[in-house]
Amino acid sequence: MLFKVFPVGELIRLFEILSADRIVGPVKKGEDQHGHSLYDFDVVHDFAELRLDYTQTIHSAKNYFLPYREDLCTFTFQDAAGAGGDETGGSGDGQGRPNAAGARDGGSGDWQKEVDYGVYAPLVLFGLHPCDINALNKLDKVLLGGRYPNPFYGEKRANMFIVGHSCNPQPFCFCKSMGTDSAIRGFDLFLTRMDDLYFAEVLSSRAFHLLEQIDCREPDSREHRRYLNEMAVKESLFVAHVDTSDLTKILDLEFQAPVWKEWGEKCLSCGTCAQVCPTCYCYGVEEHVDMDLNHGRKEKKLYSCNLLDFAVVAGGHNFRPESHTRLKYRYYHKHRGFVEAFEESLCVGCGRCGQSCLARITVPEVIASVRASK
Amino acid sequence: MKTELDFIQPVAGEQFEYSYKAEITNVYPLTRMEKLYQIQLVDPVEREQFIFRPGQFVMLELPGIGEAPFSISSSPVRHGDIELCIRAAGNMTRFLDRVGRGTRVGISGPFGTHFPVEKMEGEDILLIAGGLGIAPLRSPILAVLEKRSRYGQVDIMYGARRPSELLFGYEYAMWRQFDVGLNIIVDQEEPGWQGPVGLITELLKQRIADSVPDRFREQTSVIICGPPVMFRFVCDLLISAGVPVEKIFVSLERRMHCGRGKCCRCNIGSTYTCLDGPVFDYWSVLNLKEAI
Repeated sequence: MLFKVFPVGELIRLFEILSADRIVGPVKKGEDQHGHSLYDFDVVHDFAELRLDYTQTIHSAKNYFLPYREDLCTFTFQDAAGAGGDETGGSGDGQGRPNAAGARDGGSGDWQKEVDYGVYAPLVLFGLHPCDINALNKLDKVLLGGRYPNPFYGEKRANMFIVGHSCNPQPFCFCKSMGTDSAIRGFDLFLTRMDDLYFAEVLSSRAFHLLEQIDCREPDSREHRRYLNEMAVKESLFVAHVDTSDLTKILDLEFQAPVWKEWGEKCLSCGTCAQVCPTCYCYGVEEHVDMDLNHGRKEKKLYSCNLLDFAVVAGGHNFRPESHTRLKYRYYHKHRGFVEAFEESLCVGCGRCGQSCLARITVPEVIASVRASK
Repeated sequence: MKTELDFIQPVAGEQFEYSYKAEITNVYPLTRMEKLYQIQLVDPVEREQFIFRPGQFVMLELPGIGEAPFSISSSPVRHGDIELCIRAAGNMTRFLDRVGRGTRVGISGPFGTHFPVEKMEGEDILLIAGGLGIAPLRSPILAVLEKRSRYGQVDIMYGARRPSELLFGYEYAMWRQFDVGLNIIVDQEEPGWQGPVGLITELLKQRIADSVPDRFREQTSVIICGPPVMFRFVCDLLISAGVPVEKIFVSLERRMHCGRGKCCRCNIGSTYTCLDGPVFDYWSVLNLKEAI
């Protein structure tokens, strides 16, 4: 890895060079009832809007790589009985066969399907904390791996330039316990603030060339020590901890533990935790017919395993009817199932779910209570 | 210039959202609730290259209406001329219930694991179905019948709620002609029913009692599909009769929205029913929390 340093004042030039592309970064959205600032990721048009001193955004940046709503495909219906049927019928085999009246009921005499990944321009994610960078690395494993890599996600990822930024650990952050408090890959450029200097980690040639355009130099050994000191200070600020030792086995052993029911009674099954989580990727699919009846679309919506009908099958059977079984499943997927598959947890310890939870259910408390089960 | 993310190659996206265009060529009403849909992939090359194994499923899409997973009910030798046995139970299937032949639908797949009927050659086969569970079992039934001489004793046990809800009744005589023991039991009698009344476990207990214990323990492979409550009772009986867990195969049902291991809806713990299932051996089931 290459390291560079540049004066803090140069950051605006970096931003402006990058702003040829769309930049998404942390901006202030308002204040809570105690007067604390609320931040979220949004498109940044002006450097002054960018709040790199942000504590934690309410939502992760996932709307930009896993949109809450996304069309997987669109359909154009052709009434095969009409004149258009034969011209656009595609394969020769079906053309001679008249569609039965029943097809009219189906509204699908014939149809064409179009798939658009919706990626038209590069995107710069500016100011991601290590937890959110690690979240992307984890999502890559599941969404770009396996037999069916997801191109909707892959295309967005391939068109991203990521500038990470150092953070100030908040009382609810437990990324250190999850091993995600620093990012060693998954970014182009990572900036650590050292008073009047930025200490930059450079991972890609594009970032390297970018830094050539601003006032930038090699760090000296004194600055190396300053950087390491910054890291040590950051490390000392963590308050929340999760003991992950043997967690997969403990979760299996405590599958029937009564604490799950206690948490389940508190859980409102609202799905907020999944909405703010940087790694929750599960979804549902709905299809719609447009008002003109000539077009339709297949829409993907991010979902939450805490919602009541997550595992309902046709006929009405629900595989997880009780709130605690759904809450438990969420923990099993994050902390056991994903570990089993990829040897790391799916949770990055950003603490957003606990902060947003109306019932104040936090990951450190749930895991501590399960570990303490008798 | 390279970015850190250049390792991400544009992926075979056509594969991900691709569905074969297919046509409903025939619809047989089976009962009041279920119909058998004969569906043919429109493109002759795709049809020929559509190779599946018994127990696998497809995603059936009615554009603009919905998409859902269905186990294939037809024989694998028929490739892309598949049959799906579908109950009108949800929004999409109730819509499907109203469409007729000629309707163009989308088929993607085949997905998932299968019943290893080749590996079962030389063994006695026990196929146990409850209710709509006969739909995924018809494919291994037909696959076994097509190579009947390669198997020992073949028994089908099928339990339904009422005689009028029995599926594929028109094929029973044909199955029996292949030297298959077909035993049917219903929960509730209806006028004209002459067979036994009770639970499917009673048929199984009878079969176990009639068998030579050593042969049953060592030479029997079991294929099961039914409602969730059925699995445990049936599997417990089999295990206490000495059938090894790795020779009992079950097909599990879960909600699915993709079939490709991405939507997470079918997860049982870390296991995707769409990729690692729907067919699991019972050893895997024992290792899955909340599987049955």
